Order: sequence, then C-alpha cells, then structure tokens
Amino acid sequence: MQVTLHQDKCVASGQCVLAAQDVFDQRDEDGVAVLLDDRPPAELHDDVRHAAAVCPALAIALADQ
Amino acid sequence: MGASVAGLTAAVTLRTEGYGGRLTLIGDEPHTPYNRPPLSKQILAGTWEPDRIKLRTNEELSALDARLLFGRSATGLDTDARRVVLDGGDSVSYDALVIATGVTPNSLPGAHHLAGVHLLRTLDDALALRADLRREPDVKVAVVGAGFLGSEAAAAARRMRLDVTMIDPRPVPMRRQFGDRIAALVGRLHKKNGVSMRCGTGVRRFFESGGRVTGLELTDGTLLDADVVVVAIGAAPAIGWLAGSGLELRNGVECDPTCRAAPGVYAAGDVASWHNNHFGCRMRLEHRLNATEQARAVAHNVLGENQPFAPVPYFWTDQYDAHIQAYGVFPADAELAVLHGELEGGHFVVAYGHRGRVVGVLGWNSPCELRKLRQLVVDRAPWASILPAPQAVWPGRHLSASLR
Repeated sequence: MQVTLHQDKCVASGQCVLAAQDVFDQRDEDGVAVLLDDRPPAELHDDVRHAAAVCPALAIALADQ
Repeated sequence: MGASVAGLTAAVTLRTEGYGGRLTLIGDEPHTPYNRPPLSKQILAGTWEPDRIKLRTNEELSALDARLLFGRSATGLDTDARRVVLDGGDSVSYDALVIATGVTPNSLPGAHHLAGVHLLRTLDDALALRADLRREPDVKVAVVGAGFLGSEAAAAARRMRLDVTMIDPRPVPMRRQFGDRIAALVGRLHKKNGVSMRCGTGVRRFFESGGRVTGLELTDGTLLDADVVVVAIGAAPAIGWLAGSGLELRNGVECDPTCRAAPGVYAAGDVASWHNNHFGCRMRLEHRLNATEQARAVAHNVLGENQPFAPVPYFWTDQYDAHIQAYGVFPADAELAVLHGELEGGHFVVAYGHRGRVVGVLGWNSPCELRKLRQLVVDRAPWASILPAPQAVWPGRHLSASLR
C-alpha cells in the first residue's frame, strides 16, 4: 500500500491520527497531518483505510502496490 | 436516496464490505457528489475551483458499479412495497433503503424573490453568491444569521475586502453551538476583522429597486444598505417526500440506536435523528464527519451487523485566523473549564461539563492538544476529576461582561 497525504487540503481534524497513529501524526504548530510511513505494513492497512475514509478533507489517497 | 457525503459513503462502504448486488445512488443535484465544507470557505472566497471538491473522480464512480441517478428527486416512499417514487413517476424498488436526503436551508419570508438575496447550501448556491460578491467593487454584504454558515460566509466576504454586516437575534454569534463565553470570543474575532456586528436584532423588512435588494430594516429600527444578502438561518431536515410513508418524522427521520427507521429502512447524515447511547439522548447532527461515520455504520448494519451507532461528535469551523474544533456536545447550561492555554491568548482548549461529566472539549487553534483531550469525552470523565487541573473554571449560564 502506497499512502499519499495532500497537506494543502488538510483541515487538521486529526481523524487520521485517531485511526492510525503509527502512520499519521499532526504538526504541533497548526495540526496539519504528517505522514510517518508512506508504505505501512499489512497489519496497519485496515486502520489506514479507515483513516482515508473518515478524513473530512479527502486529503489521504491510497494506492495498492 | 441522497448522493452527498452520507449517501455516497453508504454506497462505497457497502461495496468495500463485499456487497455484490444491485446498487442505486440517487441525488437531486445535477453534479457528481462533492464535499460541502469548502463551499462557505475556499469556494466562496475563490481560492478553490469546484473540481477540487469532488468526492470521487468519474473513474472511481464508475468503479462503484452502481446505477447513478443524478438530478432526480424522490417524491414518495412505500415501505410495504419497498419502493421509492421519483419525480416523473417512475420508481426504484429496494431490499434496503438508506435515507440520506440531508437538510434544506430555512428561508426568510418576503426576501427570496429579490435578486441579490442568497441561500448557501449547494455548489450552485455558492457559485451564484460568489459571482454576486464580485459583481462590482465595494459591494455591501449583509449576512443574516451568525451560526456556522453565516460566520464563515462573513469571514469569506471580508477576505474579499467587502463591507460586511452580520445580523443575529441572539446576543453573540454561534451562541447555540458554543455557549456564551466562547461565542463572545467569536464575536470579538469578527469585530477585530472589520465585520459590523448587529447582534440582538432581527430583520423587519427588505428594500428593493427594480427587483433587486438595496437594503434592509432591522427590528431595532436600523436601516442598512445592502447589495447582497446571505440568509443563513439554519436548515430543516429534507423529509417532505416521506409524508405518508408511515415513518416517524419529527426533527428528521426518527431511528433506533442502530439508525434503523423501519424494516429495511435506515437513515444517515443530516436528516437522521437517532438515539446516541454514549450520551443517552437523541441527536441529529449537521456535521461533516458524522455524515461519513453514520453512513459507514449504516452500511455495516444493512449487511447485518446491527450495532448501535454511538459516536463522539466532531466538528470544526475556520474563520479568519481561528481554527476552532470540538468533540462532544455543548449544552447551553454546561460549565466551562480551561484545560490548556488562555482564552485571551488565541490558543486554548476548554472542557464543557454537564451533570457531573465532561461532555465536550473545544480547541481554538490547538488541534494537537484538543485531540489528546478528546479521551475525556470518550470516557465521560467525572467533572470533579479535571477540576484541580484547569486554570480557570466558570459556572454555567454566566456571561462574562468583560468579553462582550
């Protein structure tokens, strides 16, 4: 799985961190999401899919590799 | 039925969870599904074009393998025959129906026949308003209603350097959402950014010339010039088409805790009223994230999971340099405690306490701190347990005169 994060769309809701904290974090200064791992291991894929689905800004794109 | 976030998400979730049968997605707007929050922010301000808010590309919509009926509305529902009747008279039968028809904005009697008077709910509304705001330089804008939408529209119009007046019968903007003390900060923010605030007044009548609005008179007698009027006075669930269906309709489609309204009938998003077991009360939320989460829960329940939907609500609003986010519920008589930062400092998190429990947390330019404190709402933490820590506590219903 290849994860892409569009920071220019992010609204700092933090839903991705709640869903998959090993893959996403937030910048301290403005809360914009940060990608920690763009190729997360298989055991995290469900959490990452959940993160992408609930992102209110549609800022997370996933591609199968 | 309904092809905005909730309807689309229900359809997508059914497919990703393995449903392989026939699927029909019906929406009354001609556009493919789009994201609504940017309408009152980036789209109105002109920093984003409509293509950027599509919820799915055309290829992704094709991959859904669904019959897509856009620009069609429903006129009736027969729950015995399991049939939705569409405009034009044809109908669609179903084994399971997800009602996701959202809300319709409230209008102001005697105003909407005038050019220059706008509602703001759809992409077409936003583009029409944006065009009117750019019609000539120095347009004077009146925003009627200082809730989420009115406040964001006022901020977007100020970003375009227009003359903006915001009118609301309540003493402070966003009072219903945040309570008096935080609402007073929102009011101060608008004033600081040059909006003329007319709180505590309503609109008595409109003035026109040649069918176009030219101004309005407020209930306190004030006369205002206005070339453009934005009416943002709330919205009502779009349930008219369900009259006579036998469904329970009060404030939305009344559902049980699993979001089921009748055998084979579910509701999701702004139109759904359901019992949230986490807070022990009935809710109907017009929040972007709820539309997604509720539609996902409904799709799982359609497929047989039958689980209660009991989320901690989340919403946000962006106005000028303020990014305000909140988890939970915000009763008018809640107590308030500062958990992080200072109210005067432009960065803070406050907790709302009600009946001895933490029921909400709100962050003002503090997204990371807020996320960490969300757990207090998830745990319904005893109010007393946070009281040694906060820097300031106020009892409920007490206005701060100094902040007004």
